[in-house]
Amino acid sequence: MNYHTPETFEDAAAIAARAAGTTRFLAGGTDVLVQLRSDLVTPDDLIDIKHIPAAKAITRTGDGGWRIGAAVSGAEMTENAALCADWPGLVEGMDLIGSTQVQGRATLVGNLCNGSPAADGVPGLIAAGCTVTVIGPKGSREVAVEEIPAGPGKTSLAKGEVITGVTIPARGQHGGDAYLRFIPRTEMDIAVVGCAVNLRLDGDTVTEARVVLGAVAPTVRLVPEAGEAILGTTLEAAALDRLAEAASAACQPIDDKRGTIEFRTHVAGVLARRAAKIAHARAKGGTA
Amino acid sequence: MALDGPKTAYKYIGTTPDRPDGLDKVTGRARYGADINVPGMLHGAVVRSPHAHARILKIDATKALAMEGVKAVVTRADFPDGLDGEDWNLQENCMAGEKALYDGHAVAAVAATSPLIARDAAKAIVVDYEPLPHVTDVDAAMAEGAPVIRDGAADFSVPEGMHPNVVRYFESGRGELEKGFAEADLVIEKSFTTEAAHQGYIEPQACLGQMGADGRGEMWVTTQGHWFVRRMSAAILGTEATGLRVTPSEIGGGFGGKTTVFIEPLSLALSRKAGGKPVKMVMTRGEVLRATGPTASASMDVKMGITKDGRITAASGTFRMQGGAFPGAPVDVTTMLAFGNYDIEHVHQVGYDVLANRPKQAAYRAPGAPMAAFATESVLDELCRKLGLDPIDTRLKNAAREGTRATFGPKYGPIGLVETLEAAKAHANYHAPLGPNQGRGVASGYWMNHGGETSASVAISEDGTVTVSIGTPDIGGSRASMALMAAEAFGVAYENVRVNISDTGALGVNEPTHGSRATFASGLATIRAAEDCITKLCKRAADKWGIDAEAVTWEDGCAKPSGPNAGEFPPMPIAEIAAEMGETGGPISGHFEDTPAGFSGSFGTHVVDVEVDPETGRTTILRYLVVQDAGKAIHPAYVEGQFQGGAVQGIGWTLNEEYIYGQDGRLQNAGFLDYRVPVASDLPMIDTVIVEVPNPGHPYGVRGVGETGITPPLPAIANAVREATGKRITDLPLRPSRVLAAIRDKGD
Repeated sequence: MNYHTPETFEDAAAIAARAAGTTRFLAGGTDVLVQLRSDLVTPDDLIDIKHIPAAKAITRTGDGGWRIGAAVSGAEMTENAALCADWPGLVEGMDLIGSTQVQGRATLVGNLCNGSPAADGVPGLIAAGCTVTVIGPKGSREVAVEEIPAGPGKTSLAKGEVITGVTIPARGQHGGDAYLRFIPRTEMDIAVVGCAVNLRLDGDTVTEARVVLGAVAPTVRLVPEAGEAILGTTLEAAALDRLAEAASAACQPIDDKRGTIEFRTHVAGVLARRAAKIAHARAKGGTA
Repeated sequence: MALDGPKTAYKYIGTTPDRPDGLDKVTGRARYGADINVPGMLHGAVVRSPHAHARILKIDATKALAMEGVKAVVTRADFPDGLDGEDWNLQENCMAGEKALYDGHAVAAVAATSPLIARDAAKAIVVDYEPLPHVTDVDAAMAEGAPVIRDGAADFSVPEGMHPNVVRYFESGRGELEKGFAEADLVIEKSFTTEAAHQGYIEPQACLGQMGADGRGEMWVTTQGHWFVRRMSAAILGTEATGLRVTPSEIGGGFGGKTTVFIEPLSLALSRKAGGKPVKMVMTRGEVLRATGPTASASMDVKMGITKDGRITAASGTFRMQGGAFPGAPVDVTTMLAFGNYDIEHVHQVGYDVLANRPKQAAYRAPGAPMAAFATESVLDELCRKLGLDPIDTRLKNAAREGTRATFGPKYGPIGLVETLEAAKAHANYHAPLGPNQGRGVASGYWMNHGGETSASVAISEDGTVTVSIGTPDIGGSRASMALMAAEAFGVAYENVRVNISDTGALGVNEPTHGSRATFASGLATIRAAEDCITKLCKRAADKWGIDAEAVTWEDGCAKPSGPNAGEFPPMPIAEIAAEMGETGGPISGHFEDTPAGFSGSFGTHVVDVEVDPETGRTTILRYLVVQDAGKAIHPAYVEGQFQGGAVQGIGWTLNEEYIYGQDGRLQNAGFLDYRVPVASDLPMIDTVIVEVPNPGHPYGVRGVGETGITPPLPAIANAVREATGKRITDLPLRPSRVLAAIRDKGD
């Protein structure tokens, strides 16, 4: 196994492009090192991107949005009060992953690149309309987050491509987001269903809505019908029923050791309602 | 001199000093099973079957043995033939013979100069299997046409015509069932299942074994019982027990699961084959879950009858349990204790021990009792509910008391069930208001406790401090308890007592820390050995004073003349006697060996409040109360710890812990991500009340407290969920998908 510590993303991408066998990028290592230890994968080339200066930074963008480097840990995000104030739902998704110790290592981009449909960090990114910057042999491109997951454990990234960071849009006025997941316990678990909702209001009325589901399909899924179900409403009972119905209808889950198809489909609707209410309250200026 | 009858006034007993091993444990200095490294040691790894049931056609280790650093490979061919009974079962479980009997069954082991080489070498060992049909469910395993796991495994007790997978049969009872049920105003019969649950100790099995060609060896191991490790390993290897000296490490939890062997004989076999080099073996969590003992899974039918005023008239139960591919599911205990809480005239129990393609079960905290309690205490709750009876009053009405003939035969001596029920009824938790989707459940449970072979020594140091040597590893604070009992017996300060857990070479045979026996049996042995010492200390004082030894008493750490007739001498402190002991007759120590029979069981009553999310089926524990009879709480804080730990493991078993097997018979959740023990944030503070009804069979009245606490949680929580949701769920665990399905089911 070759271990690399490039100092730029261009170098990281070049090493990956040249590598002949199995390659893994290493940031926090909370997935990769676990996979190594449990003998699930033995990379020929391990490319550690933590030493790239830009990878560790949280910065404001010119339009009032945010840029999260690929090696920024969950703990660094939750400790950034302004980021939490803008995007509480996005941050709480990341914050739900693992223990306090894991939070010190785990990264948002790593969570995305691990390709799990149950990734807690990803629904909030998609709901917020985030993009990632991809560097590869053909140069750099900006890609919507929802374009990255390609199936359990798979991404749409080509050989030699690496994500340098996430761009979060400006929060703007009267917006709110929330993420909820269902787990049998209270922490240290993996989502059986996850749901992120991001709203914008005019008064009490929803004018923009993005609803994203996790763990109910081969990839984290943006559900436009669910967002449309609450557009122009004040989340009255009938609107929430339509939202829950649209969320459940979008589910294509599997029966497995973590939950049944019936359970996941039902709970997706339950979480969509609950997350929408929290996002609505936050958009109104509440701190729910 | 000797103490007459149970003491009632204590100076040290009942206080809560810090445990003597605490500082080492919180600072990381304590050495556990994997914390040992010696020069030249090798590292072992195990090749495990990926099949639930398969014939082993060929094992080819050529490639592995050719790898640099690989020193030895062992298979079943390296172990002696001709074992029988449980010795054969143990050997077969440690290393498969003709067939692999479950996913994870060991088929070969390798020793190499590093853990990584050993792991790679294990992968290079090629095993040819012929997969066979498998069965993992207990009911399926005893049904017609089920794959036969081992023909001829059944003992004489099994009635003719049963499937060969049924290997033991138990039946007991008294009275006339039909008559009893006819006297009832209401009879309810229900069927129940519980899944296998693992002990979930944080420290995986680990050992360092060394054995030469002469069969002499040493072992360092995390275990609840090192004499058991010695006896079992020697039997499996065909060596003499005395040739092996076993030293216990600190232990990171056992809960019964470390009273047997898995990798220990393999490390010795590898060492013997590798020219006597020590071999260290440490299990991964996946190996622990796939290949060490969980408890049995159960399928049960229980029928109980009751009068309108709450008198149980008759009870019967059939209990089917699988404990893996070997005999040993604790269904004998299940049938014994099923109705043991109550005074019932007409009662009948039937039990079946069934083989299935799962790992060999190991003891787990009150083995066999929680399953029975789940079924019987659920039915009793349903009877109370249908007749509008208070669950505690009804239990009080039927409770076993001193003199009650137990449903399993003997008459109870002084016991504390009534006291636990009364204390539960008086506790604030039983009266706290409940909100929507909330429910309260009550259940009682019992464990009979155990005596067991016990040997202890107490020695006086030159400065008058005291060394206690016992043979039961300290799992739950027993060093503190022993030190308190020794301090009380001698009348010396707690800090002046040091308690050592001796190796197998330093004491007579000791059974493990199991059966809730350590505080009772090693405690009794410590007190008796201290008394033996005190007799000798008194003799030294008597000799010095020139009076009869009978004229000297022992009080507050000093020898004293027993009365004015004995003579006028100032008290002689232990330190003064100890300082001169070399000249006055030599070292002073006391000993005690026995299999104490005066153990007595512990009853407990739990009250739990839950809230169930009606939209997701998730159960939250709001309040939890454990009331249990300790006999006498030597160190009350550690007694409470046992109560709380039992409750928490019961909560896990009830809500989310389960073995999940795929269609292929492989375990799907061999890790703590998907084998869901409760995490701290899942739990409220577990409230406790210690009841003390002294056990006359112990000098200070001690009962064991370790096991009873896991017995009531299963039914108590299911009863609370019944009240919160209106649904009686008869299968565990109460995972959210199961509870939600019950809530959404329009039927009863």
